[in-house]
Amino acid sequence: MLAELVLRELTKVFRARREAVVAVDHLNLAVGKGELVTLLGPSGCGKTTTLRLVGGFEDPDGGAIYLGDQEITHVPPQRRNTATVFQSYGLFPHMTVFENVAFGLKTRRVPRREIRDRVRVTLGLVGLAGLEHRPPSKLSGGQQQRVALARALVVSPQVLLFDEPLSNLDAKLRVETREHIKRIQKELRITSLYVTHDQAEAMAISDRIAVLNQGRVQQIGTPYEIYAKPANAFVADFIGRANLLHVKVKAVRDEQTELELPNGKTISVSGFPDLVVGETVTAVIRPEAVDLAPPESGDLMGKVIFAHYTGSLGTYRVELWEGTSINIEVLNPQEEGFLEPGLLVGLRLHRRTIHILREQ
Amino acid sequence: MRNELRRLVRDPGLFVVVVLVFASLGLFIAFPLGRVLQTSLFPRGVFAPTYFKYFLEGRPYLLRPFLNSLTVGTLVALAGTMVGFIFAYVVTRTDVPGKAVFRWIATLPIISPPFLLALSAILLLGRHGIITRFVQANWGFTWNIYGLPGLVLTETLAYFPLAFMTLEGVLAGIDPALEESALDLGASKLRTFTRITLPLATPGLAAAILLLLIRSLEDFGNPIVIQGRFPVLTVQAYLAITGMYNLPLGATLCVILLIPTVVAFILQRYWVTRRSYVTVTGRPSTAGLRSTEPWIKWPLFGVVCLLSTIVVLFYGMVFYGAFTKLWGVNYSLTLENFAYVFSTGATYLTNTLKLAGIATPLGGILGVLIAYLVSRKRFPGRATMDFLSMMNFAVPGIIVGIGYILAFNTPPIQLTGTAAIIVLVFIFQRMPVGIREGIAMLQQVDPTIDEAAADLGAGFFRTFRRITLPLIAPAVVAGMAYMFSACITSISAVIMVVSARWQLITVALLHEVDNADLSQAAAYGVVIVVVVMLAIFLLDFLVGRVLLRRGKHAR
Repeated sequence: MLAELVLRELTKVFRARREAVVAVDHLNLAVGKGELVTLLGPSGCGKTTTLRLVGGFEDPDGGAIYLGDQEITHVPPQRRNTATVFQSYGLFPHMTVFENVAFGLKTRRVPRREIRDRVRVTLGLVGLAGLEHRPPSKLSGGQQQRVALARALVVSPQVLLFDEPLSNLDAKLRVETREHIKRIQKELRITSLYVTHDQAEAMAISDRIAVLNQGRVQQIGTPYEIYAKPANAFVADFIGRANLLHVKVKAVRDEQTELELPNGKTISVSGFPDLVVGETVTAVIRPEAVDLAPPESGDLMGKVIFAHYTGSLGTYRVELWEGTSINIEVLNPQEEGFLEPGLLVGLRLHRRTIHILREQ
Repeated sequence: MRNELRRLVRDPGLFVVVVLVFASLGLFIAFPLGRVLQTSLFPRGVFAPTYFKYFLEGRPYLLRPFLNSLTVGTLVALAGTMVGFIFAYVVTRTDVPGKAVFRWIATLPIISPPFLLALSAILLLGRHGIITRFVQANWGFTWNIYGLPGLVLTETLAYFPLAFMTLEGVLAGIDPALEESALDLGASKLRTFTRITLPLATPGLAAAILLLLIRSLEDFGNPIVIQGRFPVLTVQAYLAITGMYNLPLGATLCVILLIPTVVAFILQRYWVTRRSYVTVTGRPSTAGLRSTEPWIKWPLFGVVCLLSTIVVLFYGMVFYGAFTKLWGVNYSLTLENFAYVFSTGATYLTNTLKLAGIATPLGGILGVLIAYLVSRKRFPGRATMDFLSMMNFAVPGIIVGIGYILAFNTPPIQLTGTAAIIVLVFIFQRMPVGIREGIAMLQQVDPTIDEAAADLGAGFFRTFRRITLPLIAPAVVAGMAYMFSACITSISAVIMVVSARWQLITVALLHEVDNADLSQAAAYGVVIVVVVMLAIFLLDFLVGRVLLRRGKHAR
């Protein structure tokens, strides 16, 4: 795939009085033409700063940004062909919807007629036809968000930048809007960089996800890769919930690897031919990849210490031995068979979804 | 730093504006001040700080004004802050009637020329004052209002409203939940006040004290009328230059005055404000805790009523004086004084209006531009621009005026005697207020809006003109209203730069006081107050219109 946006060794340091905080730390990323890549991470991981560096609102302290075949590292925002959908939208309150969307075309000296046509087409695309003459204050939150999207789309940027665009919407509207954004993005094949801290949103909308922590990329991959094959404990723990269990490698045969659980039992998983017999590794066990069994009959046994019923899920915390407990999710729990705290229970691990991390 | 420079160079519009603003601040703020310093330290080009030496040796004609100024300043700062605090407490924390009236009365001294109070102090308490005569006739004793008592009285009345406005904001900004929690936890009202309210208001009190100290130190209008044999620095500096033509002495007095003012200013701006506990959200909670105990509120109410009566009495006396034939001799009522003001004084009035009218929009635009630059843009020297532009807020007007005389008396820039020098003094002396209004308003505009404009391809000028300016228009107009009235009532700086051709109404008023034509002086005073009120009313109306038009769009 041809890379449209490339970040190379990008670095940004914020200095305040005596402290210096490295917000973005030698970050490398390539976004292909027409691809939507999400920067995902906890607050303070540098994802928004990275986006602002691409938009030109911050100046990097090191590294380079390439857009198409041009270097734009220090080009001011008004002269780079990027357009941003801001978290707080940044709509001009003294202008109508039409004037807001037309603003970027006017600065580009597009002829009046063309402005009118392009604004109309774009407003139609985002489903705001007929609201041209409203001021932003007379629109709902969702409509304001779509004005912000239209205003960025209409200038046909080389890269569209989304800065947590859905964070001001309520839960239901967020799901609708993200589907809407995804559809428009695929339709127009517009290269996009998307920032969010909401992993469900990132999983749903992205072609690829870059997981960030402390200004560094932890892993880049498709949503499936990020979830099923996390590169390290941080990614495993940040994306979804994960139980991390230290296990010992007992034997490595062609396709099978035998792991010794802390209680002495051995399980056999496929893959991981690189492991060395005798080393201790971390097994990533997803809560939904554990089945409940009668005591003494599973791979592990423990005592239920918490049990919550949330409708679609039953979630349990089971203490294996003092200091170690694992979380379990059971889909579609029924009233009979729902476990109460204090009960002993056996646990059977799904062999296929166990992922192994080498200890650092 | 290198990044900032690079950004600046890549945005040519911003670059040009920053350079131009720096050039104008340098030429019209830093350069005149530099000339004052230079004249005091290097008279005739060689280092000879003779008068500083005399000052340190304790020569009375230098040391006394310094000590006098500090004495008056300290007393006024303490008394004015106390009065302001009582007003603010009554308005925000009790449910007494007539709060709107108190608020209105407290704004009177702000919109009138400050020395009007000195004038009415003489009308009331001077040798031929109404009260003086009454007391003398009935009880047979008398007093001398000139000097320290007159200065403290008039300046306290003139400047307590500044403390009131500061402290009203502070008290209103204290979340009543804090006081309620204290009461809820069993603290008495008194304990709540001394342990919660007062500590929370302390930074505000310190700010008010320092602000009043600065204002008193730099006051020129009141002392020149009422200082008597109690010389203060501003008036002595003025007399050294205009009476003795001793430029090094005048400049040295300026520097001696400048030191305490600038120290107070820096303390106020960089120390006190940083210690404030009150977060300004732009919407003070109106549901303040109302003290209803009669033994708290009625005595306070009495004090506030008394003080309000005194303020009203002082202003009323100017009105009365304006309609009397010859103060001290003939108290019969007449319109002659106004006939005089509108014939002889007509040119002074039109000059004042004309020059203030030119200075206001220029200063307003420059102020907003600087506010925008320092609060929204990053470029090398931003902090310097911020400091330089706010400089004249702290530098006493008389020093600004003397600086202009020293700086623009000779080529290359010879401006003395022209209208331009008055306009420039107006602009650069009054701009800080416009800048502060602008910054306050900009803080309420989401910076994302600017970024969105840049993101969509708008450069510096387009963003400023199409986005920023329309959004902060109400603050711009309000700032201009204030600036216009401040220009009309100003005296301390412009008194140095007026000329026979360009005379201003405030200066004419002072001349009448000098000639002991108190009734004519009062008539000038009335005209000034009426003009200012009209201007404020008119601009208020305009702001209202702007707000209404914007209200249709605003969120």
